[in-house]
Amino acid sequence: MADNNATNIKSADQIKVKRKISDIIFTIVFTVISIFWVYPLVMVLINSFKTKLSIGSSPFNLPDETTFVGLDNYDQAVNTQMDFISALINSLIITICSVALILFCTSMCAYFVIRVNAWYTKAFYYLCLFSMIVPFQMIMFPLSKVTDTLGLNSPFLIPIVYLGFGAGTALFMFTNFLKSVPLEIEEAAMIDGCGPIKTFFSVVLPIMKPTIISVGILETMWIWNDYLLPYLVLNIRYYKTVPIVIQYFQGGYGQVEWGAIMASMVITITPIVILYLCLQKHIVKGVLSGAVKG
Amino acid sequence: MEKIMKKNPGYFCLFLLPTLLAFMIGFVVPFGMGIYMSFCKFNTLKDIEWVGIENYTKIFMADEGEIFLNSFWFTALFAVISTVAINVIAFMVAVLLTKNFGGTNIFRTIFFMPNLLGGVLLGTIWKILLNGVLVTMRETLTTNGTNGFIGLLILMIWQQVGYMMIIYVAGLQGISDDLKEAAKIDGANSKQILFKITIPLVMPSISMCTFLTLTNGFKLFDQNLTLTGGGLKHNSEMLALNIYNTFYSRVGWKGVGQAKAVLFFLLVGAIAIAQLKITQSKEAD
Repeated sequence: MADNNATNIKSADQIKVKRKISDIIFTIVFTVISIFWVYPLVMVLINSFKTKLSIGSSPFNLPDETTFVGLDNYDQAVNTQMDFISALINSLIITICSVALILFCTSMCAYFVIRVNAWYTKAFYYLCLFSMIVPFQMIMFPLSKVTDTLGLNSPFLIPIVYLGFGAGTALFMFTNFLKSVPLEIEEAAMIDGCGPIKTFFSVVLPIMKPTIISVGILETMWIWNDYLLPYLVLNIRYYKTVPIVIQYFQGGYGQVEWGAIMASMVITITPIVILYLCLQKHIVKGVLSGAVKG
Repeated sequence: MEKIMKKNPGYFCLFLLPTLLAFMIGFVVPFGMGIYMSFCKFNTLKDIEWVGIENYTKIFMADEGEIFLNSFWFTALFAVISTVAINVIAFMVAVLLTKNFGGTNIFRTIFFMPNLLGGVLLGTIWKILLNGVLVTMRETLTTNGTNGFIGLLILMIWQQVGYMMIIYVAGLQGISDDLKEAAKIDGANSKQILFKITIPLVMPSISMCTFLTLTNGFKLFDQNLTLTGGGLKHNSEMLALNIYNTFYSRVGWKGVGQAKAVLFFLLVGAIAIAQLKITQSKEAD
């Protein structure tokens, strides 16, 4: 009996040891994969210190005496005809204004759609859902002409276009959330003498905060990275965004300015990665709640 | 609350009208114009001239038809293969990263990272990397369609595996351990647990990810534009880029481009509706 027990304990120990070993193997394997996974980003950083010819011909080499150029590429991206900094500012203006406008307008709109039961709110809601499955190519030409006619082709006015084209997703996520908010809370506010406006801003909006963060993150990721809409809508001679400039560097001039491209990409990616590492929990939550829209 | 808000049109103007107006400008009007203009010949908004279904027949005629159908098959094949590849990899990674070993959180963080970049940056990065490899074989991404196809596939795997993994991880974490324990006690091996318990229970995540990757594959544009630019003689030109080029790289073809865009919309819409129907019928079970 005692013998039997001893072997049992031994085998349990063995299983533990076995698990520990397999855990270590998993950790090592994933560490290796992770290094490969971030390699493309590291490569951009390394190449941003090399001459543009050596980037094109041997992107995998580390810089040596002949190919190392220090911060020349950054200087070129920022200070010469590339005008990368003004693109960065445009991108920031467009993203911040558009996201703020979308969050503000669609959250109010969603509240109205949920609380007012009428044919026009229903029609609007379904039309917004419908807009989510329409690919951009379907409307790109007429949209660019409409916005030209209305003069919505500058960084401060393009948020209206984003509000229009992005209303579907935001409205869908907000209404989905509001469906689960009980009426009693608002009724209590009403008895206390709040009108719809005060009720919305002091009672409903605070409850919506988690969804607002999720929607905000999804919309930020979309608008910051968007290429075709701003390219077609903005007056491209005066206003470029980061993706537009990076694409432009590759074809707009006779020679591909790989050095400036690498430097611009480092400048663009670094703050995003830092922001991601700080806000990771929110970003993951945003992704998950956005994925439910399928 | 409803009565007050319904009675006074001021609330309508404040709450709904701003979004409604923007939605008209940003979607409804261009969409309506797009449908109408697909039956017209035009270069700007001022010379629109009704031509009936001529644009639609032109899509499939001669060389034009061949290029369009090639890009259709390229896109369809790409959407299917990338959907399978991304979901299989993402699911495997998610299963492994929900086990208890050191560093799973860090690995999840790293896998998701490429998602932060937009299509243009992704395309640029992989163009340098892949051309750097291909140059040793005296080829580039644009020399043939296969290179472009594989390049786009690698790019999309890198971009989307992390995103789908997060959805799968959430699905997997929703399964209670009791079920697996019970199955183990009943003598099920790990393969049986995977196929009989885990996979059926994460089916909602699987159908969602499949839908997302499939539509992303069909609608792919930015990555295609920057990575291959459509390749030499359209050898890696996908549908969205083909439509774009019909509009903006040629004179007098905008009507045909708009007609293609309508067909493209119908295709993507059909996939979305099919997906919705399948999900609904599963939920009804």
